[in-house]
Amino acid sequence: MKKPLTTAIYGLMAEFDNSTDLVVATKAAYAAGYRKMDAYSPFPIEEASEALGFHKTRVPLIVLVGGLLGGSGAYLLQYWINCIAYPLNVGGRPWHSWPAFIVPTFEMTVLFGGLSGVIGMFALNGLPMPHHPLFNVDRFSAVTRDRFFLCVEADDPQFDLVGTYQFMESLQPLSISEVPH
Amino acid sequence: MREGPEEKTILQDMPWPDEPPVMMPGQTYGTVTDTIADAVLKRPIGVGWLSGLFIAGMLVMVLLVAVTYLFIRGVGIWGIEIPVAWGFAIINFVWWIGIGHAGTLISAILLLLKQTWRNSINRFAEAMTLFAVACAGMFPLLHMGRPWLAYWMFPYPSSMGVWPQFRSPLVWDVFAVSTYATISAVFWYVGLVPDFATMREKAQHPLTRKLYGMFAMGWRGSARHWKRYESLYLLLAGLATPLVLSVHTVVSFDFAVAIVPGWHTTIFPPYFVAGAIYSGFAMVLVLAIPIRKYYHLEALITMRHLQNSAKVMLATGLIVGYGYFFETFIGMYSGSTYERFMLQNRWFGQYAPLYWALILCNILIPQILWFPKMRSNTVVLFLVSLDVLIGMWLERFVIVVTSLSRDYLPSSWGHYAPTRWDWAIFLGTIGFFSAAMFLFIRIMPAISIFEMRQLLPEAEVKAE
Repeated sequence: MKKPLTTAIYGLMAEFDNSTDLVVATKAAYAAGYRKMDAYSPFPIEEASEALGFHKTRVPLIVLVGGLLGGSGAYLLQYWINCIAYPLNVGGRPWHSWPAFIVPTFEMTVLFGGLSGVIGMFALNGLPMPHHPLFNVDRFSAVTRDRFFLCVEADDPQFDLVGTYQFMESLQPLSISEVPH
Repeated sequence: MREGPEEKTILQDMPWPDEPPVMMPGQTYGTVTDTIADAVLKRPIGVGWLSGLFIAGMLVMVLLVAVTYLFIRGVGIWGIEIPVAWGFAIINFVWWIGIGHAGTLISAILLLLKQTWRNSINRFAEAMTLFAVACAGMFPLLHMGRPWLAYWMFPYPSSMGVWPQFRSPLVWDVFAVSTYATISAVFWYVGLVPDFATMREKAQHPLTRKLYGMFAMGWRGSARHWKRYESLYLLLAGLATPLVLSVHTVVSFDFAVAIVPGWHTTIFPPYFVAGAIYSGFAMVLVLAIPIRKYYHLEALITMRHLQNSAKVMLATGLIVGYGYFFETFIGMYSGSTYERFMLQNRWFGQYAPLYWALILCNILIPQILWFPKMRSNTVVLFLVSLDVLIGMWLERFVIVVTSLSRDYLPSSWGHYAPTRWDWAIFLGTIGFFSAAMFLFIRIMPAISIFEMRQLLPEAEVKAE
C-alpha cells in the first residue's frame, strides 16, 4: 500500500566528497535538532550511523533467536527420530546418544542463525526496494562510487524548505538538491 | 610512495619497510571502482578468455556425457569394487571440499582477525569456495548409485516410515556440507549487494542495468543500512569460522569413526582441516596469479597478497607434515599388527609410488617457500601451488585406497584402479569449476569494491 504524500518533496540533500565532511555535517544536523535524516556513503562509515543517533541494531538478536531455534529444533528432531519415532539399535548405543546429535545441532544452529540474520538484515533495511525518491536525483548515483550525501527528510518536524536549505549551505557541501517524490 | 599522514591505513599495515603494500599508492575511490568494474563492463571479450571458456566448456560436456552414462549403467562403470568401494568419488569429494575451505578462511577468519589485506582477494576466493563445494557435492550424489533418491538423506516424514540414522558421520556430512554450501552462498551474495549497486550505476546497457539493479535490491548506501549490514557481516563471519572448521572435521569423521587401519586415528580432524586450507590457498594462488596479470589488477592484488598466501601454505603444509609424522609414529607406537602393516603397505605396497610422490609434493617441494626470493616469484608460486594441489589429491588417494585395499583379512584384499569414466568425471568437474570461474570474472566484480574503498587512507574519518 502506498503511503499518502504529506509533503511536497521528499527532502533536501547535501553532497560531500569525503567521509569526514559527511560525519561533521551529520553531527551538525543532529545538533540542530534534525532527526528524520540519513547519511549515504559508498562504504560503511561507523561514525556516520553514530552521528545519526543510530547506535543499536536488532540484527544480532535475530541471529541469536534464529540460531537457538535452529539448534534446539535440530536436537529435538533427532531426539524424537532416534528415541521415539524410529529407534534403531546401533552397536548397543543408548537411544539418546546425545554426543552424536551435536554435529547436526551445531550445523543447524549456524544455518538458521545465518539465514535469519540475512533475511532480518534485508527486512529491517526495507530491501528489496527497487525504487526510492533519492534515485530521482541524478547526482545521487555517485553514492556507489565516490560521493557522500546527507538527506534531511521533509517530514521531519523541524524541516522548513528555506531554513533547512540555509542550514545546509552553512555545511559547505558540493551541492544541495531537492529530492522530489 | 605518497607522503603524509593520510598514508596511515596502508602504513599501519606494513610491518616492515621492504614489505610490498596491500594496495599500490595513488588509488582513489574512483580508480578502485573503475579498475574493478571496468574489467567486467568495459573490457572486450578476448580470445584468451573465449578459448579458456571453450576448453572448460568441452570438459563440462565430458562431465555431462560421463554422468549420463553413469545414470544409465550405474556405478559399475567406475573402478570401485569390494573392498575398495570408495574410489575416485570420495577422493575427489574430499579434495574439492578442502579447496573450498580457503575461501571461507579468507573471508571469515581473516576478517575476524582484522587482516585487512584479505579485502582484495576475498571475493574471488569465496566464488572459488562456492564452485568447489558444488563440484564436491556432485560426488557423493553420483556415488550413491541411485542419485534420484538423494532426498532420502534428509529427515522428512516419508511413507516408508524410516528416518536417517543420526549416529553416523555420513549423515552429519549431509548437514555439514549443505549448511556450508548455503552459508557460503549467502555470505558471498551479501558481500556482493553493495557492489551490484555500483555495477547498476556504471552499466551502460539498460538490460545489464536492470539485472544488476535486481540483484542490488535497491541498495542506496544508507548509514543505517550499512550499520545493520556490517553487524550481519561480522556475525556471518563469526558463524562461518567454526562452520568451516567443522566441515572438514566431519569429513574426517567419515574416515576416523570407521575402524579401518590408517583411518581410525584422532589426529584426523586437525590434520584434515590443515590439509584443506593448504590445498585451498594453493588454489587461490593458481587463480590469483593469472587473474591479476590478465585483468591488470596488480595495483589491487599485490605481491603482498601472494606472499602472505605462500606463507599460509608453508605453515599449513608443515602442519600436514606433522600429521604425516604422527600417523607414522602412532602406527609404530600402537603395537598393533594391522597399523604397522598399514604403514608398511603405504611405504612398500602396490601404491607406494603414490605415497612417495605425495611426500615429495606436499612436504619436500613446498619448502622452497622459505626463501623470500621464491615467494616473490609468481612463476615459482604458481608451480608450487599446482604441485600442492596434486600432492593433496594424492594424499586422499593414499588414505582412501591403500587402507581399504588391504585391511584386516588377507582373503578380502583387492586391487583398485580407476577407469576412464572415473577420470572423465574428475576432469569434468575441473572443467565445471574453471567454466564457472571464467564466467564469474566476466559477470561479477572479482574484487570487493566497497571493501577496497575502505582500505584507502582517505576513508578514515579524521577527528575534528
